[in-house]
Amino acid sequence: MNATPDSTRSFGRAASPATQPWVHAPARRPGRADRRAWGAFALLAGPMLIGLGTFKYVAIGWSFLLSLSDAHGTIALGHWVGLDNYRHLLADPAFRSSLVRIVLFTLAIVPVTFAVSLGLALLVHRVRRGRAVVRTAFLIPAAVSYVAASLLWKMCLFNGLPAGIANTVGGWFGMAAVPWLQTTDPPLYWIVLVTLRLWLQVGFYMVLFLAGLQAVPRDVYEAAALDGATGLRLLRRITLPMLRNTSVTVLMLQFIAAFQAFDEFYNLFNSGLSGGGTAPVRTPLVYLYDTAMGAQDYGLGSAGAFVLTALIVAVTLVQGRLTGFGKGGE
Amino acid sequence: MTNNPFGRLRPGARGLLVGLLTAVFLTPFYLMLRNALMDSRGLASPRWTWWPSPMHWENFTALLDDPTLHMGRALGNSLLIAGITAPVSTLLASAAGYAFARIPVPGRGVLLALVVATLMIPGSVTFVPTFVVVGSMGGVNTLWGLIAPGLFNPFAVLLFRNFYLQFPAEIEEAGRLDGLGWFGLYRRIALPASGAMLASLGALAFIDSWNAFLWPLVIGQDPSSWTAQIALSTFLTSQTINLPGLFAGAVVTVAPLVAMFLIAQRYIVEGIATSGLKG
Repeated sequence: MNATPDSTRSFGRAASPATQPWVHAPARRPGRADRRAWGAFALLAGPMLIGLGTFKYVAIGWSFLLSLSDAHGTIALGHWVGLDNYRHLLADPAFRSSLVRIVLFTLAIVPVTFAVSLGLALLVHRVRRGRAVVRTAFLIPAAVSYVAASLLWKMCLFNGLPAGIANTVGGWFGMAAVPWLQTTDPPLYWIVLVTLRLWLQVGFYMVLFLAGLQAVPRDVYEAAALDGATGLRLLRRITLPMLRNTSVTVLMLQFIAAFQAFDEFYNLFNSGLSGGGTAPVRTPLVYLYDTAMGAQDYGLGSAGAFVLTALIVAVTLVQGRLTGFGKGGE
Repeated sequence: MTNNPFGRLRPGARGLLVGLLTAVFLTPFYLMLRNALMDSRGLASPRWTWWPSPMHWENFTALLDDPTLHMGRALGNSLLIAGITAPVSTLLASAAGYAFARIPVPGRGVLLALVVATLMIPGSVTFVPTFVVVGSMGGVNTLWGLIAPGLFNPFAVLLFRNFYLQFPAEIEEAGRLDGLGWFGLYRRIALPASGAMLASLGALAFIDSWNAFLWPLVIGQDPSSWTAQIALSTFLTSQTINLPGLFAGAVVTVAPLVAMFLIAQRYIVEGIATSGLKG
């Protein structure tokens, strides 16, 4: 779920300097001590290293070779086709439009989630009585899976029936009943997608912002208040700058999550193998799923995985550079 | 003192806003439970019912008894998978984190860099490579194929490494004088002191595992290896007639995690804050 190891802590809990005792352990017989250290290291870190080696390095190496192969219905290597898979993929209008759609989706969901989770955190931070209850209410949707939430959104809230919840609420404001998921012009299904992800995720990011707010020293506010700063001014001049690192983290996590959206698209639009692609929108991951699991074209599927990974890494790095992520860390 | 825009609202207005938002956030839970206890006719009726009377508990037994849904088996699978993944992945990360923090072996820096490099790889996108490897080892439709790729979390390794770097060295020094080796120091001193961290990251791992969708969909193709999410999704995408049954299915897949959130919320919040601040 995370792509960058850098620390973002620069205030609050001061990061203590790395203490590494025993780098020069008193070893009378260095050979034996070395062997002991290696044995313990292998025992403790070995399983993790083997696991990461197998499921990350071997997997990615193999898949890279597959992306250069014609691998229909097989994961065996040998039928080399050079960059054909990449050429085919980038020329496929379905893949291109899936990229455009996911960029639009990301641009829609990230700012909304950011603003709402920050707003909720500021609100909960002010609540004195019953704060735990309120926090729980906002966080608990994070316990719900995308599948269950899709079910609720599709079959209940946005079911398109005149008596459905969304249409009833819309009716109070003089809106005619609409089939939300099937309306592509204007694209009302976006409202379904965005509200669903918002409900599921906003509590998680709120907790991050709350932790950031708690790390802001009180006397900073007191000093600013003595200078006569209030309300929005305090927010803009003090709170937001102090939450800078948290904000960058939240944006990055949101971006990575949004770009890999799959679950709700699959479940809301039956866009899986059984549904036959009725979705007005396929995300890149849905496209990859159809290619690799549906058409069993592992070469093309692998190429797609690499193109997407490269995109995510590139955007993460650019975002990190723009926002100075990692600066002022440990 | 007003340190945020909501501070300017009068307490009454703020209370109203909080109450309204709380209601909005909890409404889907209410609807899920209400719909699960209605009958089909009641749900289809345009007349609104706040709460079903009588309550149709038989929706739940019908759900678990329906042989085409495999819901009972799927719930068992999910419980087993998350029940193994949470403790094992957390322990593996803790052990590796300790080794990287404390045990001085040549080449440790290179190995750590290799672990850190895997963090750049986004999780879900690489399901094709993971499928290739797990499939080649015969992991399709098996429990280990569902579990194994989720056991190795490089991010948790780094969190534990930082945790052990800040662990007071004097305590371990005392253990060393008592004749403990590296493994003994980890097993007897460092591990028992990591309880809160293990619980926090373990709780998050359980949630992620229980709610996982894409990987179980890819690797668990046979109904015998479906997880609860896959069974529910299949139910949802295959038909839309038995509405109360669908909502009952949502309730049984969501209820275990809601219970966990209510019981272990402290650890979950701690886990999110820890991983986020370092993220």
